[in-house]
Amino acid sequence: MLSVKGLRANVGDKEILKGLDLEVGPGEVHAIMGPNGSGKSTLSHVLSGRDGYSVTAGSATFEGRDLLELEPEERAQLGLFLAFQYPVELPGVNNTYFLKAALNSIRKARGESELDAVSFLRLIKEKLKILHLDDSLLKRAVNAGFSGGEKKRNEIFQMALLEPKLAILDETDSGLDIDALRVVAEGVNALRSPERSMIVVTHYQRLLDYIQPDYVHVLARGRIIRSGGKELALELEQKGYGWIDAELAA
Amino acid sequence: MTGAPAVEDIVKSEYEHGFTTEIESDTLPPGLDEEVVRAISKRKGEPEFMTEQRLKAYRHWLTMREPEWAAVDYPKIDFQSISYYSAPKRPEDMPKSLDEIDPALLETYNKLGIPIEEQKALAGIAVDAVFDSVSVATTFRATLAEAGVIFCSISEALHEYPELVKPYLGTVVPYTDNFYACLNAAVFSDGTFVYVPKGVRCPMELSTYFRINARNTGQFERTLIVAEAGSYVSYLEGCTAPQRDENQLHAAVVELIAMEDAEIKYSTVQNWYPGDAEGRGGIYNFVTKRGDCRGARSKISWTQVETGSAITWKYPSCILRGDGSIGEFYSVAVTKGRQQADTGTKMIHIGKNTSSTIVSKGISAGEGSQTYRGLVRIGQRAEGARNHTQCDSLLIGDRCAANTVPYIEVKNPSAKMEHEATTSKISDDQLFYCRSRGLTEEDAVSMIVNGFCKEVFNELPMEFAVEAQKLLSISLEGAVG
Repeated sequence: MLSVKGLRANVGDKEILKGLDLEVGPGEVHAIMGPNGSGKSTLSHVLSGRDGYSVTAGSATFEGRDLLELEPEERAQLGLFLAFQYPVELPGVNNTYFLKAALNSIRKARGESELDAVSFLRLIKEKLKILHLDDSLLKRAVNAGFSGGEKKRNEIFQMALLEPKLAILDETDSGLDIDALRVVAEGVNALRSPERSMIVVTHYQRLLDYIQPDYVHVLARGRIIRSGGKELALELEQKGYGWIDAELAA
Repeated sequence: MTGAPAVEDIVKSEYEHGFTTEIESDTLPPGLDEEVVRAISKRKGEPEFMTEQRLKAYRHWLTMREPEWAAVDYPKIDFQSISYYSAPKRPEDMPKSLDEIDPALLETYNKLGIPIEEQKALAGIAVDAVFDSVSVATTFRATLAEAGVIFCSISEALHEYPELVKPYLGTVVPYTDNFYACLNAAVFSDGTFVYVPKGVRCPMELSTYFRINARNTGQFERTLIVAEAGSYVSYLEGCTAPQRDENQLHAAVVELIAMEDAEIKYSTVQNWYPGDAEGRGGIYNFVTKRGDCRGARSKISWTQVETGSAITWKYPSCILRGDGSIGEFYSVAVTKGRQQADTGTKMIHIGKNTSSTIVSKGISAGEGSQTYRGLVRIGQRAEGARNHTQCDSLLIGDRCAANTVPYIEVKNPSAKMEHEATTSKISDDQLFYCRSRGLTEEDAVSMIVNGFCKEVFNELPMEFAVEAQKLLSISLEGAVG
């Protein structure tokens, strides 16, 4: 589904990703862990098409398409979704309106008919139920004045609605207390399916107490230096990231 | 006037016929003197008092100087080169087909979904049948007459109801007010008169669009709306389709008068031709709009969406004379390309416990430049007056400009004043966020801009609000990139 090979990317003159490889199959959940500055967010941004990064080598294909050639909206229309570490506020833009426009834009690009207001509201209600959310977020402007927990929940809600094939959760746990973390994780778990892959990017192991990954990768200095099962996350938690540096130096 | 081929051509051709004032011809030759003022008044068959008022205004205008304080830049206007009266054009002088019209304008019509026949009318092409507006307007009139509401052209009102016009005309915006208002008082061509009797709630939104004789009212339009005690009226002006006009200079005057407990809601969508890419041929819109809350607890509310014109110079204002009266100003102004706007409002608090709200949203893109200029004055007697001002500017790109120039004068210590101002850009973060959800860049911009303007659109009548949103999106297409 997603195949990243030898990916190198710069911010300005500085190389952040230094030959990264990653293979994600359908329905798999991959956790990417790493210390600050290891390139976690850069990876999320490069895959979703944010400006400000230049890819100097390597490739990223998604369902056979060259991802790096596409505009961010085209990637979204193909079924890629990024849950932001810091969701952006859009003052005055009603959340429901925003979601409807986004969903219909994606449907249109796929040659599907646009949903009318009635079917859209029905869909929204269905998704709220799955995630055990109430509809108070829908009447407000997108993320404007939301608490940290509300913003993250809104991201998961968007994901539920847009039904991506691949979701990248960029440090979704950052800034959340344990209760909010549980709500968000439960939402993510509810959206797991054999057709949906996920990349969970995180600094801490604790998110992985709630979202059980199939694979864990350790990202350091712009490369994946170790991959394994979920036990790798526990090992990391015990030893801390200092252990990686020691290993790399060795 | 350089950069104004239309006006120049007319001027040149008229000069060939000499300078005599021919009362019988359709169009007065260019130039302005007392004879011209008399001729306009005579042609319209006005009562004597009106001719005298026009002459007084003209004599005063001669002593005035064109204002230069506004932050707009344009070549000097030669007032002697303008023709101050022209009857509707004859078909043979009009463009023959849409092929002769600026393609950019046609593209906008298509995007707005305007039918082809209507496009022709808007573009000034001779059309045989003018839609169905005559019959619509007739039904309209019957309903209004039943309620006792008068809605007609100001020329008609001067004939039919001089006793209703005379006590009010020029009492809110006197001819001495400013250079352009004074010129208007001398030479105004036509306009609208609305009279809502005591206690009557006008049964429909009044719109110039449906008024039969709204066409070709020309460059010096005059509007007077009088709402008697306890009445209510909502008036819509303009339309979202870009309008072309042969006259480059527009100097309209609008006067609103609200008596005790009366309310007037005045909404404008202005989309005059802004000129071509270089700004050539665009309209200069120098307008004086003022409302007088004469009675206690009266309310006047201005809502405007300004997207057109090459130059806009406009400050819809409220004089809060009655105790407990309320003034509101909600504005969205867009400048793009080479457009310039110096716009804002004045809230003059005279009565006790008067309150005013100002919400101004300015959007600049391309090389557009705009200035919010607003005055809030609390008089000595205005015990307990309140004002809330919110002034936000949104910049798109890095070649546009926005300025905010608030004037605040408080002469009563009990006044409560609040002023908020922000300037922001559409951030890359916002754009990327929207695009990562599958929206195109243009949809994202339009969504963010419409969100920015929401507080103002909420004040517009429903249909107008929908059209205004669409208009805004179209206006800003290609503004980012």
